[in-house]
Amino acid sequence: MRALQLDRLSSVVERAYERVKLFRSRMQDRGLRPADIRRPEDIAMLPFTVKTDLRDTYPFGLFASPMQEVVRLHASSGTTGKPIVVAYTQEDLDVWTSVMMRSLACCGITRGDVLQNAYGYGLFTGGLGAHYGAEALGATVIPISGGNTERQIMVMKDFQVTAICCTPSYFIHLLERAGELGVDVHELPLRVGVFGAEPWSERMRSHIESASGIRAFDIYGLSEITGPGVAVECPAQQGLHLFEDHFYPEIVDPETGEPLPEGCEGELVITTLSKQAMPMIRYRTRDITTLSSAPCPCGRTLRRMLRVGRRSDDMIILRGVNVFPGQIESALLAVEGTLPHYQIVLTRDKGLDQMEVLVEVTPEVFSDQIGALERLHDKLVGALDQALGLRVAVRLVRPQTIRRGEGKAQRVVDRRNLG
Amino acid sequence: MKIHQLSLFLENQPGQMLDPCRVLARAGINIRSLSLADTRQFGILRLIVPDWLNAAALLESAGYVVNVTEVVAVEVGDRPGGLADLMEALEGSGINIEYMYAFPFGRGDRAVLIFRFDQPDAAIERLAAAGIDVVDSVDVYSKVL
Repeated sequence: MRALQLDRLSSVVERAYERVKLFRSRMQDRGLRPADIRRPEDIAMLPFTVKTDLRDTYPFGLFASPMQEVVRLHASSGTTGKPIVVAYTQEDLDVWTSVMMRSLACCGITRGDVLQNAYGYGLFTGGLGAHYGAEALGATVIPISGGNTERQIMVMKDFQVTAICCTPSYFIHLLERAGELGVDVHELPLRVGVFGAEPWSERMRSHIESASGIRAFDIYGLSEITGPGVAVECPAQQGLHLFEDHFYPEIVDPETGEPLPEGCEGELVITTLSKQAMPMIRYRTRDITTLSSAPCPCGRTLRRMLRVGRRSDDMIILRGVNVFPGQIESALLAVEGTLPHYQIVLTRDKGLDQMEVLVEVTPEVFSDQIGALERLHDKLVGALDQALGLRVAVRLVRPQTIRRGEGKAQRVVDRRNLG
Repeated sequence: MKIHQLSLFLENQPGQMLDPCRVLARAGINIRSLSLADTRQFGILRLIVPDWLNAAALLESAGYVVNVTEVVAVEVGDRPGGLADLMEALEGSGINIEYMYAFPFGRGDRAVLIFRFDQPDAAIERLAAAGIDVVDSVDVYSKVL
């Protein structure tokens, strides 16, 4: 594995150095050349790539392939306003399909399984990533995408679905709705769920498994690296095996960026070893986890990362969509002209994440007319919808009612109880 | 001819009315008339008070967002058709009533109504021409009993 990693690492560093201006200039600033990477550990000399690099070079600034070779673009939300764009060559898609195929197989899905793919299809990488992986595996794919819960339940029942992919919170929602409709998921052939795109806990897993009789697996990935399929749980359910032949993991101190020894908790940093269209060198995922090379009962020798429970930045994951408070600020600012005091309140209602943005009414926007305030409310909802790609609730509140902490307001109140 | 109305933003929850009323009570400010407009989420309390400048400052320092709007107080006969006569005077003028409410008391056989017009000056002109009595602020704050 080390030999393969070093070989691929050398090529990807060389490719990024030759074709990506930002990366080359950062290497030059440090007096580094691709040939300086002689062992996998030498990776620690290389500069980090962060999410704002993708925003600053929007849309195509980090591409290492000409558009003639790029066959797919995906996008996900950036830290403010603009999304970030990721690109794939045909070979990149083949690698992604291959790691997704391995991921699904790792969860026990195989030819003959009927897989309901309830990840969103579109710019989000979840839907298409799971789709191609499952087809390559030979499973029967139902490309139902997200939403329309009643139809999901009908399809699950009528098409004799045996496996499902979606966010864990959506599956809990689906279970609750099924209960209300008198459908007992225990009695259906469904046996496996592959859940990802948002953090979830052991408590949620035991709830899902006992409420549905299926086995629930955690899958990890991020668009910047490829999408889902970077790491996945095996039947031992003791951490997620990382596909190290394509993704080189490191754990660093989230404050200093210093590499941490194995077994220490820190921020996961990933380098793509085979990506062509958009190689990522030492990408800071902001996900906090631990790596382990201890032998796994399943027999796989790929290293494992612990389930991601928290992040080192203020990103919120809502129904699988990444949301940054900065995006909300930009939207509020655009509507009101000045930034009002606001607070983001996250709750979970029937398994589904809800976001409510409390906005203090300022003298500048206040009016004696109900219609004017209702228009303001609708404009705020519209601007947030536009910025986040999500419908969130807005509540206008009295000034000075949002608690201010020590100088800095508490922007996010998370009552989702991931426990 | 126009009088000043204070509007306060309130959340639509129990107990929201007490506090602003107390602020005014402590300062000895009597509320002459009010209207409460509500939606599912929030409400707007509109107040007619004497010494509106002082009242606005007190409410603002108590943490309220206060909007000051000019409204028109009009006296009509407290009898069937009194309001209809007034509406007739506005007919065909294109003037819109954003909202209106009444004083809880009149003087003798007269009732006093508060109007928020989209064109207050045009409305006053039109009403005066029709012989309808537009009440000035002194009357509203002191004489109306």
